[in-house]
Amino acid sequence: MKLNERSVAHYATCDSPADHTGFLRKRVERHHHHGTSYQRRWFVLKGNLLFYFEERESREPMGLVVLEGCTVELCEAAEEFAFAIRFDDAGARAYVLVADGQAAMEAWVKALSRASFDYMRLVVRELEKQLEEACKSLAACRKSPRRSSSSGRKRHLSNPALQPLQEKPTTLENGYSTWSSGGCVTGGATSPDHDGGQTKPPPLPPRRRSAASSATGSPSPGLSPAMLESPVPPETICFSKLHNWYGQEIAVLRREWQERQKRGHP
Amino acid sequence: MRYNERELLSLARQPAEKAAEIRMSVPKKGNVLKKRLVKLVVNFLFYFRTDEAEPIGALLLEHCKITKEEENVFSISFIEEPERKYCFECATEEQCQEWVEALKRASYEFLRRSLIFYRNEIQKMTGKDPLEQYGISEEARFQLGAHRE
Repeated sequence: MKLNERSVAHYATCDSPADHTGFLRKRVERHHHHGTSYQRRWFVLKGNLLFYFEERESREPMGLVVLEGCTVELCEAAEEFAFAIRFDDAGARAYVLVADGQAAMEAWVKALSRASFDYMRLVVRELEKQLEEACKSLAACRKSPRRSSSSGRKRHLSNPALQPLQEKPTTLENGYSTWSSGGCVTGGATSPDHDGGQTKPPPLPPRRRSAASSATGSPSPGLSPAMLESPVPPETICFSKLHNWYGQEIAVLRREWQERQKRGHP
Repeated sequence: MRYNERELLSLARQPAEKAAEIRMSVPKKGNVLKKRLVKLVVNFLFYFRTDEAEPIGALLLEHCKITKEEENVFSISFIEEPERKYCFECATEEQCQEWVEALKRASYEFLRRSLIFYRNEIQKMTGKDPLEQYGISEEARFQLGAHRE
């Protein structure tokens, strides 16, 4: 079976941060069982992929272990600090690895046992639910009038970073309660352009930033602040949230037009 | 580069997030479109000859770019070799859009960014770190920090 090896190797060696790295001794599987021997390799864990290199400075990985459908367990090898990656598939070989010490072993076992895509997906789904619940309860709290503002509904959807000069910037709490009134996704208040908004054009809405890059997981360092305003959660659970999220942009624009109109007609 | 092919083949047999018969071409001379069974499982896209049980190939979907090309067509290319494209011709425009959306979200890195995003949002709204109850707040993979983009 072919694999896009060049790209995989590139992913292994590019400077996107790894989840865990270190030297481990890897048991060498010999056909004739002439005792067991181990070879020290440099291991790099990225996502659900465990790469190993002949040396730390090697430019290409020597091998890859895809970590789906596996368990990681301490093992009763002759070696101290040994653990094994075993696959559900009965006939599959296990990868026996030996760490330098207790702490290193524990760290690797922890990192590897949570490395699968499935696990990540589980946690994301759980957080999605929690966020939805948090939104709902926050929205329920907001039914009782707390703010003195009279600008009504439009204010709820405006990006705090784009407030015109005459208004005080909304507090973090305020900003987030406005977000949650309809949709509860976005990170507008953390935008670095929060300067009153008049001196430069409003920042591109988060989704455009990520749509423009449209590369999954591209490691450009400048993407960091945008990450917080990252694309609306992919499997956006309900249309109303998606609708509100997209609607923010319209509401902001509408508001700006209205402000401009007010100023343009003395 | 060695890899655990056996496990990868086993993964290819798992229930897929998405699977369909799509005409596909690999980046080489001719770029001939051939009908394949294309199957998305976690962050791998497997492709099979339609009558075979074992995939002919797998694409790891990290650091890749999914591009909507002309009607019904999308392509996958990888960051370090943007001109080398795997092309997919779907039966309908709708199917094409669905695959583009699904593939854009298929990477582990995308999942990680979503997680960090949710974690951050929940923390801001509730003042609590949602990962604490699972005892995983300190895990490197969940950090929004200097060491992670």
